Amino acid sequence: MITVNTEESPWHAGMTVRALLDEKVFTFRHIIVRVNGEYVPEEQYDSYPIKDGDDVMVLHLMAGG
Amino acid sequence: MGNILKTYHYELGKIERGYSGRSLYINVSDMSIQEKVVTDFMKEKFIGGKGFDLWHLWHAVTPETRWDSPENEIVFSVGPLGGITQYAGTGKTLVCSISPLTDIPIDSNAGGYFGPLLKFSGWDALELQGKAEKDLIVFIDGNEGIIQFEDGEEYPEDSHLLAEELTTKYAVDEDDKVNVSVVSSGSAAKHTLMGMLNFSFYDPRRKTVRFKQAARGGIGTILREKRIKALVVKYKGIKGNLNNVADLGTINKVGVKYHKQMHDLDYKQNEMRKIGTANTVMIMNQYDLLPTRNFQTGGDPETVKIAPEVFINHYLTQGLHDGCWYGCTMSCAKAADHFLLKTGPYAGQCVTVDGPEYECVAGLGSNLGIFDPQAILEENFYCDTYGIDLISFATCTAFIMECYQRGQITRKDMGGLDLHFGNSQAVLELLHQMSRGDEFGKLAGLGIRKLKKIFVERFGADPQLLQDIGMEVKGLEYSEYAHKESLAQQGGFALANKGPQHDEAWLIFMDMVNKQIPTFEDKAYALYYYPMFRTWFGLVGLCKLPWNDIVPADNYKTDTPAKVPEHVQNYVELFNAVTGQNIDKEELIIQSERVYQFQRIFNIRMGKGERKDDYPPYRSLGPVSKEEYLSRQELYDKQLREIQGLDPDTMSLEEKIAKTRAYREDQYEQLVDAVYKRRGWTEEGVPKPERLKEIGMDLPMLLEVIEPRL
Repeated sequence: MITVNTEESPWHAGMTVRALLDEKVFTFRHIIVRVNGEYVPEEQYDSYPIKDGDDVMVLHLMAGG
Repeated sequence: MGNILKTYHYELGKIERGYSGRSLYINVSDMSIQEKVVTDFMKEKFIGGKGFDLWHLWHAVTPETRWDSPENEIVFSVGPLGGITQYAGTGKTLVCSISPLTDIPIDSNAGGYFGPLLKFSGWDALELQGKAEKDLIVFIDGNEGIIQFEDGEEYPEDSHLLAEELTTKYAVDEDDKVNVSVVSSGSAAKHTLMGMLNFSFYDPRRKTVRFKQAARGGIGTILREKRIKALVVKYKGIKGNLNNVADLGTINKVGVKYHKQMHDLDYKQNEMRKIGTANTVMIMNQYDLLPTRNFQTGGDPETVKIAPEVFINHYLTQGLHDGCWYGCTMSCAKAADHFLLKTGPYAGQCVTVDGPEYECVAGLGSNLGIFDPQAILEENFYCDTYGIDLISFATCTAFIMECYQRGQITRKDMGGLDLHFGNSQAVLELLHQMSRGDEFGKLAGLGIRKLKKIFVERFGADPQLLQDIGMEVKGLEYSEYAHKESLAQQGGFALANKGPQHDEAWLIFMDMVNKQIPTFEDKAYALYYYPMFRTWFGLVGLCKLPWNDIVPADNYKTDTPAKVPEHVQNYVELFNAVTGQNIDKEELIIQSERVYQFQRIFNIRMGKGERKDDYPPYRSLGPVSKEEYLSRQELYDKQLREIQGLDPDTMSLEEKIAKTRAYREDQYEQLVDAVYKRRGWTEEGVPKPERLKEIGMDLPMLLEVIEPRL
């Protein structure tokens, strides 16, 4: 299991940031991803690995109209 | 056209550090005018914009005043930063009045040129009081120092015709049209309580008048009740430092930095310059936030038909003049040109449609079960030119449709209109009925709160069901976000001073998706900070959108990215550079809180500003119907199991709905307790004198209202 935005979430081998975003249907473009507190640039989403037990934060930067 | 009825001459003033130092009072009953001094007290406590509006309105009305009382005022003010041309979004005008929908002060804001041109004509605020005997045009010439009353009887009602005609009349030639701005409503404003104000600006490349709207709360209805057909201001000579600011160098520096961000980042972020606020339609749909069929669900597979790309590729003209004030590089006021109307009095004509904004697509589209872009644009056009607040219209029509769907009213009750979800032709016909003043059009135009009572008394509808599904608080219809899964946003809507409009707080992602504010105290802090921060835009004359619809590339490095700290600092620097003061970001919040608490007490003074008035319909909090529950059964069952410790497998659907409701209603009560405490209010929602003293707002006039309630 991993933690995504403070809630437990399933993990599987080979999971990347991109795969997690797809599985969560986090489609909003304007987000900040941190894994165990470390910022992950967008260009690394496809390759950045997520390990079992990681703490992932996906901040959606939107505050409405 | 139109005889001149009265003319006054006034001395042209000089603006110092963002203020002209004067406000203009007009009584249309006798066409008299008066010049009032803007005092240092007003500037210190109320700043400008909405602050000045509420200050003037407080002194004009009594607790017995209603929207159609002659003493009710419509007050306009742009604020000290309004009209600077070096930053984005600096042309907002704030308008306040006692609303026909809520009976309390409504504040609404609009872009367009009117507010800045009014200030450059010598007036920080404009008060309109009284009722004229016949339709008037009020004209202010800011170059010649003239205020003129013209007979308005012969002018058309609808804004796209009226503003075009008045712009042409008061401009010397084509080049002069950009110096004219018109405030008007439309033919439906007289027949409904949801009339809005159009604020014009001339688009020299399209060669047509464009509009932004101060839409909420029925101020257009009040304008027409006063028999003001239009206000016109003309000022020629816009240039970079008409505000005579304290430190132009800082303003230029902050502006250049911001414009570079806009240039470099907008296409990677929200694409405001390409589609405007409608960029979020698919996002809302994907996150279960797009109100669909009267907020029953948060999205629909058909939304792809009204996605931003559809409007970009087939309707909106790119690369033209889409800023609603000079210097706005966000340029989000999009338009569909050469749009062929198919219904109504203008059928067969090609027009420019201002929009669609997000609220339009969500409200007039998905929330009515309509997924046809052509229909949405036609509804958009008619709401605008008829002078109807499309948010109230959409949410109210969605309510009527659900009442019909659930057998609470019949087709006969609707005068034969077949208002089922998805029937765009019936929706357009309802708009035309409002314009003509047909019976059902007038009835629907009363708004949800009054309709609930009428449907129960006249048609035998179920009062509890109507209370649950009628999306209004304090009498104002909700704006267009489904928000059942965000407790913070439930408070953001229902606790908002004027009623459920999202311009006080939009906390859905922060709460529901990011999980950044898990405790009641966290939510209460957010429901303190964001409403106070966002109130500030309305005090100084700024648009909210440039704050966070584009953010610096390194915003992610900050501790509080949701606040966009660099842009907050921009605002502090802009305020100081215009006014010569020396505030910091903490004082900025206190400036807002003074006006926020004032407005809360103003509500109490008018009889509607305590805990009993802060309750949402249950549709805001959770699933009312079996279909709603079943649409997200997995989520709701999980919540019963994990949060309440119940076994949904052993419960009937009715039991599950009841348990979910009891839990969510209790959560809302706890949220209200926490928010009141954080805002310095009693358990009944009354601001405490000690909090007022802390922020320097313990004015005798306010203490007099709250002391009997402590």
